[in-house]
Amino acid sequence: MARFFVKHTLFLLLTLFVVSFLVFTLNEFSPGAVARKLLGAYATQEQVETLTKQMGLDRPLLVRYVEYLGTVASGDLGYSQRFKLPVKDVLFKHLAHTAVLAAVAFACIVPFSMLLGVTAGMREGSRLDRGILMFSTIVASIPEFALGVFLASVFVVWLGWLPGTATLLPGGGWSLPAQLVLPVAVIVLFDSGYVVSMVRASMVEVMQRPFIRTAVLKGLPFRSVILRHAVRNAMLTPITVIMLQINYLVAGVVVVETVFAYPGFGRMMLEAALFKDIALVEAGALVAVGLAVITNILGDVAYVLLDPRIRA
Amino acid sequence: MSAPATAEVLSASPPATRVRPHARWRRQVDALLESTPAAVGLAIVLAWVALAILAPVIAPYPPNANDLGALARPTPSRAHWLGTDQLGRDLLSRILWGARPVLVIAPLAVLGAAALGSLLGLAAGYHGRWIGVVITRACDIVLSFPVIILYMIILAHFGSSAWNIIGVLTLTKAPIIARIVRGMTLDLREREYVAAAKMRGESALYIMLVEILPNARGPLLVDMCLRTGYNIVIIGVLGFLGIGLPPPDPDWGGMVKDTYGMMTVWPHMSLFPCAAISSLVIGFNLLAVGLREIGLRD
Repeated sequence: MARFFVKHTLFLLLTLFVVSFLVFTLNEFSPGAVARKLLGAYATQEQVETLTKQMGLDRPLLVRYVEYLGTVASGDLGYSQRFKLPVKDVLFKHLAHTAVLAAVAFACIVPFSMLLGVTAGMREGSRLDRGILMFSTIVASIPEFALGVFLASVFVVWLGWLPGTATLLPGGGWSLPAQLVLPVAVIVLFDSGYVVSMVRASMVEVMQRPFIRTAVLKGLPFRSVILRHAVRNAMLTPITVIMLQINYLVAGVVVVETVFAYPGFGRMMLEAALFKDIALVEAGALVAVGLAVITNILGDVAYVLLDPRIRA
Repeated sequence: MSAPATAEVLSASPPATRVRPHARWRRQVDALLESTPAAVGLAIVLAWVALAILAPVIAPYPPNANDLGALARPTPSRAHWLGTDQLGRDLLSRILWGARPVLVIAPLAVLGAAALGSLLGLAAGYHGRWIGVVITRACDIVLSFPVIILYMIILAHFGSSAWNIIGVLTLTKAPIIARIVRGMTLDLREREYVAAAKMRGESALYIMLVEILPNARGPLLVDMCLRTGYNIVIIGVLGFLGIGLPPPDPDWGGMVKDTYGMMTVWPHMSLFPCAAISSLVIGFNLLAVGLREIGLRD
């Protein structure tokens, strides 16, 4: 177990180094761009050069990368040129918003897709199974923004039950939970398609094992065969998949946040990237990768804990 | 075998032996049409391909032409079957024309990813040891990154064009293919025919490409089909985020981006492009489901 953690932590660090260096290098292709962006289109070339020098952007790449690592290690993430605030404040405020959205969505995805997946997989090839499989294939095929548009046209435009935006601001007369319904629904529908098919496949495989036949033949009711024997074994693969899903969750969240004007991490990254706000892009990329790798590790840990055979 | 020898054998072979591959192909198509999802998926995809090819002929208007008279009432009418957008451009024409870039970029990016990924996967699986470790680790790093953020950084930086989109899609999808191919290579390299090829003194490259890769094509084909669907989603998403294909030429994601703010007034402007992209992706994914079913049966 100790070796396992050391190995994974080293991989996490390696990934963070590679990613931070790549993002840092990427921004070096146009060193004058930062100053130009700040000063506007009408600044003279001299002004741009002076500001570039003042900000220390004319020094060699490696020097600045090492310096950057040093400041990050001391807890200073820099200053966001786009929001005119320290990166730390901007980043964590938006991350907290996204965490709320993601947590609610995740709390819905897991039971929803387990229910559908187990129901479909316990009788392979039945009409119910094929129906659920079709549903999850189709729902997972529709891009998130299209899902958002479809749901909004029904529940916002046609029925008028829900707000079309989730700005988290109290104005507009919609409560916070009402604002969250549509964004969460889009994420849940889009992401659960994949998880449902995973849970189903795993369930189908478990149902063919000898111990299930034994349980059936010794006269256990079908219900308890499913709940006590099959589901527990069928959860092994999907747990890792569900943890990996957090990565997809981040991707989906970016789009959903844009559709519903939700002030979260994804929209912040898009704005920062378009504005070439290097400090914010760098810090955001590090956080995103760190989260992704950590959830991968958690997925592995959950797998080991659930299957005693691997632990030995 | 040298080239003239091959030609000789082909011309000399009696017609009976040449029927076989054709018959096998026929049988596979029949099997494909027997599976309902595959048949439906294939029909949707082929319909879109036909519409995209015929767009210059069947589109009622040029894709970027403004009908200022339609601005007052942009809803569907006899002159504009699907209505017009916020600039008075005919939606039907734009949707038809918008199918073209999608159907070129997505498959090209899949082919690129398949080529790069297969090479990496073959090398990683066949050589094992440190080459394998380095490739696997590099792929893990790319895969652990939330790709959408990578797209935003790269496309915002280099600007967005069809080639740049193909490039980022190829780079980010290749590791997934590499992982699949590596797994299969690890399994296949122990087979007798690989040992036989080694014994004959074939080069490693020959063994990888001629002996191993063709035997890995089944799962690869299913994955490429799925990947094409995903790529279409990503192209749409990029357009929607404003980092996709540059305007004014029609791009489904971009069309939604420009109009979804007017949803409460003119929902048709974003609903139709959304329906277009969704149906195309559903087509590819159904095809993939069908292909997998057929693959499992054989």
